[in-house]
Amino acid sequence: MEELNLFIKSIFIDNMIFAYFLGMCSFLAVSKNVKTALGLGIAVTFMLVVTVPINYMLNKYVLQEGALTWLSPSLAGVDLSFLGLILFIAVIASATQLVEMAVEKFSPSLYASLGIFLPLIAVNCAILGAALFMQQRDFSSAWTATVYGAGSGIGWLLAIVGIAAIREKIAYSDIPKPLRGVGIAFIITGLMGIAFMSFLGIRLG
Amino acid sequence: MLSKKNKEALFNPLSKDNPILVQILGICSSLAVTASLEPAIVMGISVIAVLAFSNVIISFLRKTVPTNIRIIVQLVVIAALVIIVQQILVAYNYDVSKKLSVFIGLIITNCIIMGRLEAFAMHNSPWPSFLDGVGNGLGYTIILVIVAFFRELLGSGTLFGFKVIPQWCYDHGYMDNGLMILPPMALITLGCIIWYHRAHNKELQEN
Repeated sequence: MEELNLFIKSIFIDNMIFAYFLGMCSFLAVSKNVKTALGLGIAVTFMLVVTVPINYMLNKYVLQEGALTWLSPSLAGVDLSFLGLILFIAVIASATQLVEMAVEKFSPSLYASLGIFLPLIAVNCAILGAALFMQQRDFSSAWTATVYGAGSGIGWLLAIVGIAAIREKIAYSDIPKPLRGVGIAFIITGLMGIAFMSFLGIRLG
Repeated sequence: MLSKKNKEALFNPLSKDNPILVQILGICSSLAVTASLEPAIVMGISVIAVLAFSNVIISFLRKTVPTNIRIIVQLVVIAALVIIVQQILVAYNYDVSKKLSVFIGLIITNCIIMGRLEAFAMHNSPWPSFLDGVGNGLGYTIILVIVAFFRELLGSGTLFGFKVIPQWCYDHGYMDNGLMILPPMALITLGCIIWYHRAHNKELQEN
């Protein structure tokens, strides 16, 4: 039940885009039509599900203060948490590379449909952001961390598909010239954010 | 020292080639820190420092790094600099570093930095790269400060934490607009700034 609560919460209330503005760059660049937006959303969700638990294990068994005790009791006082950033980004970059190679080998059709978006994910802030939030929130198990990763990914997917659909429609409207393109995309994102805020305070179980 | 080209590298990003308004880079980490002025300025200074020095380091390394692994080299340089900034902040300004939470760490994936390294530092010598870094960092900071100014003023009636809206306004029924504090208003404020900016720079308008 606690996991379900966290899942819903990370999709709607702590939405990566509307609550934290993470992954904004690709969000604005790739949201011009629904199909590519969906492809990128799935890729990001997948990467979050893979990397958040890996980073969780790293944080728990290598980085935290006293985390190295399993290696030898004399290491109990070692605190490596300042290395967190560099390790997380290394995990994300290499996971991106591995996933790219695996997808290319086992499912060429999926690889073709994702195309350029796979390598670009390495610098998507949503993924590093999820790793850092995971470290901050101190989840109780790797499973909870995975649920959090999946929820954040699906929230991101919903947001990018939603705005892509709106932008497809808005291409036919008469918008003031200076506002066309990015300007109106920002304002729509803001309005969608306000809509998402109506989920605030929902509690399950 | 400041030839015409160097001047362009330093001053163009302030308005004509602004990283946020025109290049649309670095939105990710920037907007969540603009609910009030102090964290916005600290964030801006951190980005200027990381951007300027990573530009210089990559510019020194540009001829020795093989193109295949350049992304990883860039990420390592940026991550090392960000860790230094983070440790300094925790040591000297703990309250603000708490407020910025994960966003200092997210400077690593701030697209401004990767973007400038790829677009400028890889092809230019260290001194222009340094100026380009400072210029783009300043352009970013200016936008953060403008957004934070409006959000703090309208949202909580303060600037840098000091009351600026006099008490008699509240006595006559003026209310702080709590919506301005919430994250979505940062996007709408930025949308309006882009609107204003493009209305004055017609060559930037999209069709």
